Amino acid sequence: MKSETIKTLRAFAIELAIYALLVVAYFFLVLHFLGEGLHRLEVSHRYAYAAAAILLMIGQAVVLQNVTTLLLRIIRGRSV
Amino acid sequence: MSFPISGAYISPIYLVVVGFVIGILGGFFGVGGSFIAGPALRAVGLDWNFAVGTDLAHIVGKSVVAVRQHRAFGNVDLRLGLIMAIGTIAGAEIGAQLIQMLKRAGNVNLVVSIVSIAVYLSISTFMMWESRKTLTSQKRRLPRGMVKGAKAKQDHSAFMHVTRGIQRLKIWPMIELPTSGVKGISLWVILLVAFVGGLFSGFLGGGAGYIRMPSMVYVLGIPTHLAVGTDLFEIIISASYGTFTHAVKGNVDILIALVMHTGAAIGAQIGAISTQYFAGPKIRLAFVPLPLIGAAIVIYTMFTGHKL
Repeated sequence: MKSETIKTLRAFAIELAIYALLVVAYFFLVLHFLGEGLHRLEVSHRYAYAAAAILLMIGQAVVLQNVTTLLLRIIRGRSV
Repeated sequence: MSFPISGAYISPIYLVVVGFVIGILGGFFGVGGSFIAGPALRAVGLDWNFAVGTDLAHIVGKSVVAVRQHRAFGNVDLRLGLIMAIGTIAGAEIGAQLIQMLKRAGNVNLVVSIVSIAVYLSISTFMMWESRKTLTSQKRRLPRGMVKGAKAKQDHSAFMHVTRGIQRLKIWPMIELPTSGVKGISLWVILLVAFVGGLFSGFLGGGAGYIRMPSMVYVLGIPTHLAVGTDLFEIIISASYGTFTHAVKGNVDILIALVMHTGAAIGAQIGAISTQYFAGPKIRLAFVPLPLIGAAIVIYTMFTGHKL
């Protein structure tokens, strides 16, 4: 039981480290360039901005969850 | 990092850490965590209108992640969630109208502060009493040496007699919720619970999971694990509605929400997975300090006049 907990914690730690690297890359490659475009949309087309905001949030949620699930599967698959 | 929509300059690391903490709380307890996210955004200089709107957008993303995780564990009652969304949206509108009325009367801050303190303290006190009573009676019922496992995950409540009484109310139309194990409950009771949750959401801000989750357990008789998952599913719909209206009013910086959500995405998964290791009453007992944090923040703001 104890070794199982240690394995889970180790898997989480590795996942967190890889995830942190991916998030940093995501900041600089995606969010940094989205800023100006979204700002212009917010100023000129409020309704389109509102819809885009929800879609972006849901899209990011789904993509990130798939990334974390995949990471967990790979890491746990190796550690078992 | 500069955020051009709100004109704020905030460290992305701070946002990710805040998102991570709120993600764990949300995944574990089924709450939006607005009583922590709002003040956390305000603390770094974001205006209150942006803090409220941006927090709602972030709640949408976080709830999507947590719901997918809870669904994989069979913790989401889609039928109940969709019915509740109708009552929540209606309640949120009425709550927002009440705020407008108080704004016009010029005493919005005082009334909302007093109501929120009373609500947070009542919820904490009640949940502490109920979950401790349930845990004590469970200990008495379990024979010595019984192996923890499936039995420990069974959901009991010291408030069950009231729940059964509510389920016996035969007000047409009666609804069956097979996923939640409820054989028959009046549609009006579900709508009323959702409406009250929505009312608090519109009046006090955020997703109001702190009142909806306990109401689902004690009034509707939904098992705690399902109440957490279904509440999150319902929050996706109500928070999306809130995000849209706030964004139209110019109160959402979606970039801040996206950055916060990168932390919340992993936090929510950890929170949702953690629910599998705890029995219902223990989750409810662990929930007790959360409304107290909200109450402490409001009391601090009231007495010092400082915004966090």
